[in-house]
Amino acid sequence: MAKNKTDKNWMPRWFYQLASPRWCYDITGKLLPAFSLLALVLLLGGTVWALLFAPADYQQGNSFRIIYIHVPSAILAQSCYMMMALAGAIGLIWKMKVADMVAKACAPLGASLALLALATGAIWGKPTWGSWWVWDARLTSMLILLFLYLGVMALHSAIENDTTAAQSTAVLALVGLVNIPIIKYSVEWWNTLHQPATFTLTEKPAMPVEMWLPLLVMVVGFYCFFAVSLMLRLRHEILRRERRSSWVQALVESR
Amino acid sequence: MKFESMADFIGMGGHGLYVWLAYGIALAIVVLNVVQPLRQKRQFLNQQARRLRREKGLS
Repeated sequence: MAKNKTDKNWMPRWFYQLASPRWCYDITGKLLPAFSLLALVLLLGGTVWALLFAPADYQQGNSFRIIYIHVPSAILAQSCYMMMALAGAIGLIWKMKVADMVAKACAPLGASLALLALATGAIWGKPTWGSWWVWDARLTSMLILLFLYLGVMALHSAIENDTTAAQSTAVLALVGLVNIPIIKYSVEWWNTLHQPATFTLTEKPAMPVEMWLPLLVMVVGFYCFFAVSLMLRLRHEILRRERRSSWVQALVESR
Repeated sequence: MKFESMADFIGMGGHGLYVWLAYGIALAIVVLNVVQPLRQKRQFLNQQARRLRREKGLS
């Protein structure tokens, strides 16, 4: 008996509440305005700073300004993948419906961010390396990340049953997780054209503060935008999967 | 400010095409990622409302 009690207290209360689609729908509805405002202010401010006030690179000139989109989108594409795999694992282990929905909502968002990172990288590569694309370790592993996202999306649309689709995509996402450290260390393990990471936790950035501070603003802004888009997708997914429940019916009737 | 004139700003020191293309794609992807889920949700709610009306009409 005593053991049962400790088992119940093992996870905090909010963890169980998160499992309720209705509670999740309500809390995201409350969080959305704040995150939207934050994302708008940070992204607009960061873009103006990046385009008008940040200094140009002494070698690359103004094409350097692409970094303010390229780095945030690449960081977010990887964070989003880790979140998708983690949510998928939680869904597999605890059979949590909301976790499955989060994992599903991550896929198209992450795919678009990976695409943005690759596109801006190609555009930046042309004036800097003289080529749109090279089969470099960093670029290739990023392309694999995009394909993993597309694979998850294809699997979701191919499997009719929501539970089965969530299980198979979670397994695919977890297997693909091996690609994340490969992306991170690709610039160290292989000889690549790609420059090493701008931000590390242990060292100061190699660029001056007036260059990396707007970049930090853009990264935080992209995280807020990611939160907004993810919550919007999650709310639609919650409604879709809970359409038979009385609270969704009441929501439909009340509008 | 790092630019002398508007033309200088658009030109980006000869890299205008690259910079504006990158920022343009970024804007399109950000906007799409907000508009698409909002539209999906509205479509879903409209569809459910129609279904409810239909079921009420039958009974």
